[in-house]
Amino acid sequence: MNKLRLTASQPAVLKQRSLLKRSHGLLGLLYISPWLIGFLILTLYPFVSSFIYSFTDYSMIRPPSFVGLQNYVDIFTNDPDFYKSLKVTFYYVLMAVPLKLIFALLVALVLSVQLKGINIFRTVYYLPSILGGSVAVSVLWRFLFMREGLVNKLLSYVSVAPIDWLGSPKLALFTITLLPVWEFGSSMVLFLAGLKQVPKELYEAARVDGSSRARTFFNITLPMLTPVILFNLIMQTIHAFQQFTAAFVITGGGPVKSTYVYGMLLYDNAFHFFKMGYASALSWILFVIIMAFTFLLLKTSNRWTHYEDGEGQL
Amino acid sequence: MTASGKLTLTVLLSVFGIIFIYPLLWLIFASLKPNQEVFSTLGLIPSHFVWDSYVKGWIGIGKNSFSRFFVNTIALVVPVVLLTAVSSTLVAYGFARFRFPMRRVLFMLMMATLMLPDAVVMIPRYILFKNFGWLNTYLPFYIPSLLAVHAFFVFLLIQFFRGIPKDLDEAALIDGCGSFGILVKVLVPLSKPALFSVCIFQFIWTWNEFFNALIYINSVTKFPVSLGLRMVLDNEGAVHWNQVMAMSVVTILPCVLVFFMAQKHFVEGISTTGLKG
Repeated sequence: MNKLRLTASQPAVLKQRSLLKRSHGLLGLLYISPWLIGFLILTLYPFVSSFIYSFTDYSMIRPPSFVGLQNYVDIFTNDPDFYKSLKVTFYYVLMAVPLKLIFALLVALVLSVQLKGINIFRTVYYLPSILGGSVAVSVLWRFLFMREGLVNKLLSYVSVAPIDWLGSPKLALFTITLLPVWEFGSSMVLFLAGLKQVPKELYEAARVDGSSRARTFFNITLPMLTPVILFNLIMQTIHAFQQFTAAFVITGGGPVKSTYVYGMLLYDNAFHFFKMGYASALSWILFVIIMAFTFLLLKTSNRWTHYEDGEGQL
Repeated sequence: MTASGKLTLTVLLSVFGIIFIYPLLWLIFASLKPNQEVFSTLGLIPSHFVWDSYVKGWIGIGKNSFSRFFVNTIALVVPVVLLTAVSSTLVAYGFARFRFPMRRVLFMLMMATLMLPDAVVMIPRYILFKNFGWLNTYLPFYIPSLLAVHAFFVFLLIQFFRGIPKDLDEAALIDGCGSFGILVKVLVPLSKPALFSVCIFQFIWTWNEFFNALIYINSVTKFPVSLGLRMVLDNEGAVHWNQVMAMSVVTILPCVLVFFMAQKHFVEGISTTGLKG
């Protein structure tokens, strides 16, 4: 009975399968079509047109007029804010990203040890990062670091005079840089996942060889984690270069533009002065800088990244 | 590791954890203190609890209370989350299970958009949406979600779908399922954890979204909580501290609740996107 049914339905299934195969190509395209349309209209077109806009004078009131390289010339020779914000942004990226990742890695290493209540710790450390770039967190930062804020209050107990964290041009940027470091949780979770994937046999072998803990870390753990480190470095760097909310809400770019990050420069030119052509040129300069960084990281990563299957995966 | 070593680590982690979480706890408790007490004491517990910071803060400024901002935020976030889940599922299915011309190239392009800085597309997108007449509506949020522009979610789901054996698809095929049937009856039920992470991430990110709200929404009646909070901060920040704090607590509360309810999926979801899928 069973056998009979099977043979009877066989040709039908085969037919259906081959039909499916033939229409497979079209079906696949159909399924990805939302993304394809979105990519063409909302990513590719804007990408190309912002490049074209960058050679125009475009205030949105009149149609764009071609000005050649004028925007770029103005940016490089006649815009002190550009250099200021570039400096601020580089400081921010070069401080925030490494600090955040070192923190994330250290805590992940400690958390990867089997301890009781590990989930509680993971939750506590992860919590700040879900609040991400929210306004509430910026509000919190302002209240923590304002003159009469919590941090100064704490310091007063050890007789440190109040520090003007946000009002002093020297300290404001540093104070803002601490915010992403506080939100190291998301990177930490990635490291934890990476640590889980290190084959147990490697540790066994190291133990048998009598390798010290430090050696095990530098010869096994760290090399096995390098792909995750690379991934984190790239994503965090891209993200940090475009920082906006914290600087905008906490200090408004001040005092004396000491926290005027590139994201604010872009915002002001595009959505305050409506200099769309000029802002497009600025966005392309940022794009080139970010790409250069990413390229540099990827290029040098061959030397310091270890992949188990012997080939780069990113 | 020795027991004493473990104890030391636990103590270290606890101290460190308290330092890290203290600002958030302080924010919550300070919002319940009388205004003059907010910065004058270090302790968490107020001399007496005041709720009027919440009541007064909620009223907001002018005619627009936080009820308005919350309704707006929900009207913004819920469709974005649903659209993202549906579109990302369809696209991920297409990439994970079908061969079609230029599949590899398109996949690489999608992965490349993961690394494309938003800054470089934001101006033409803005001009485009302005020309469509979409400024001051939520369409600049809905439509990109409908079109699966957030490649991160598509990638997450592709990774997950790839982990589901193709035999199950075949079995469903023999049972007479079409390609859409396979997706809905086989893959989606098995991918609940991944879909859950997509929804949670998108919920939290959209809830906290500030920059796009700032450029696309300009009338106060349509403000989501992020813009509402900033407005309150600018108006009350130097005077009624406890009110601003109270409203900060209120705006992060939904995210924190969602996080605690869905913690497990959260961490799982992130791990799925790990480099070795």
